[in-house]
Amino acid sequence: MALTSADLIRRSASSVPAPTNKLTGVAKLIDTSKCIGCKACQSACLEWNDLREEVGVNVGAYQNPHDLTANSWTLMRFSEWENPQSGNLEWLIRKDGCMHCADPGCLKACPAPGAIVQYSNGIVDFNHDACIGCGYCIKGCPFNIPRISRVDNKAYKCTLCSDRVSAGQGPACAKACPTQAIVFGTKDDMKKHADKRIADLKSRGFDKAGLYDPQGVGGTHVMYVLHHADQPQLYAGLASNPKISAIVEWWKGLGKYAGLAAMGLAVASGFIHHLVVGANRASRQDEDNARKLTEDRN
Amino acid sequence: MSQIAKTPDGVVEVHRYRTAERLNHWVVAVSFVLLVLSGLAIYHPAFFFLGGLFGGGQNVRAIHPWFGVVLCVSFLGMFFRFWKANLINRNDLVWMSSPAAVLSDHEETLPEIGKYNGGQKGIFWSMTILLIALLCTGLIIWDQYFAAYTTIDAKRVAVLGHSFAGIAIICVWIIHVYAAIWVRGTMQAMTKGTVTGGWAWKHHRRWLRDLAGGKPSA
Repeated sequence: MALTSADLIRRSASSVPAPTNKLTGVAKLIDTSKCIGCKACQSACLEWNDLREEVGVNVGAYQNPHDLTANSWTLMRFSEWENPQSGNLEWLIRKDGCMHCADPGCLKACPAPGAIVQYSNGIVDFNHDACIGCGYCIKGCPFNIPRISRVDNKAYKCTLCSDRVSAGQGPACAKACPTQAIVFGTKDDMKKHADKRIADLKSRGFDKAGLYDPQGVGGTHVMYVLHHADQPQLYAGLASNPKISAIVEWWKGLGKYAGLAAMGLAVASGFIHHLVVGANRASRQDEDNARKLTEDRN
Repeated sequence: MSQIAKTPDGVVEVHRYRTAERLNHWVVAVSFVLLVLSGLAIYHPAFFFLGGLFGGGQNVRAIHPWFGVVLCVSFLGMFFRFWKANLINRNDLVWMSSPAAVLSDHEETLPEIGKYNGGQKGIFWSMTILLIALLCTGLIIWDQYFAAYTTIDAKRVAVLGHSFAGIAIICVWIIHVYAAIWVRGTMQAMTKGTVTGGWAWKHHRRWLRDLAGGKPSA
């Protein structure tokens, strides 16, 4: 069954009625310990979404393209880290992309009604017909994910393959992953699956292994299993406690209403002042005085 | 050329603004109104419909900064025309600290005022400062051309500052327009370019005396 407006729980710059039937929350689980960095997920993403990336430039790093773009909605980020405890060089690979926050900063910041929506299964999706290309989603996002296309001036990011999910399929990246480092299912199932993986990692000496499901954004519908869950920043700067910026909360919270109130008050004061005091006119006497003053001169 | 003339029926007319000054003012005014309409459209969802005036949200996003460029350039012209006449002096401080007398239409109890009173000077300098703030923050969030030059953190601060400065300048503008409506005879200074002798006597007597005494106006 396709996702429809009846499945919305949030809609940017507007409100939606609470859905009568809530869908089960879904999640993508990315196990960094199983990832081999093959980039099949990147290719599958381009393929399914019919996107093409520009031919890039090799700067001597394995990461390609160098950053997320309006066409590359997912990106393997490669970090080299020397573990001080074991002395091992660890190649940490993290598949970056939209985290599908339960409390999405992009949606909060978006000024265009309906350009960003959140479905009751947890997917946060961009509706490009309504997008105005202002880039506010970029300022709202705590993970630096959305990118504005230079071609059509609209914002793009991972959709969690909402079209595939609504047809009962998993996302293209999960389908393509050869090691099942990317798996997809209900959020509850993915957490259980993660628990098993974490227990396994701990038995192999990764005693800080854990699940990345940051509560600062209400949890996410894309989660990571990290071998070093106590240091998420090792994985190409993954935020250790991501939250919607307080500045964005101010701007879109109190600031918006205080501004309306200030402007309304200014207009109302004008009306009331005029009602009370009446027009300020120069009197006949003022005109006479002016005539006298100017005549004295001549 | 004398700035004071008399109509055949004996009414004193005082020349206040030259054609170029008025034209300059109205370019500023029109671009300001367009900025307010397009800016409010993306400020609050309640005003999003205003974007329809410009052909939709994408157009608003694209054109709002360009209105800003027109405003800044034209305001620069106004600034250099009028900044000297807006330097604040001791009488302005008396004027500014007597809101009761001003608002109750009892200016006669206050010192004689030159070309601009404390309120007008306040408008001039707050517009100037707020426009500088709006220009700087606006450039930081003009993502179409300048996205690459600043960090997201800087853009967050800029977008908050831009909306607060925008609200503030709209409030200043409401006061400016209201004052022009409340004080009858003011509007014609920016339409015809002249005011009546009575208006000048009542509100800017020092200025009228200087003109009558043959001093050039600032």
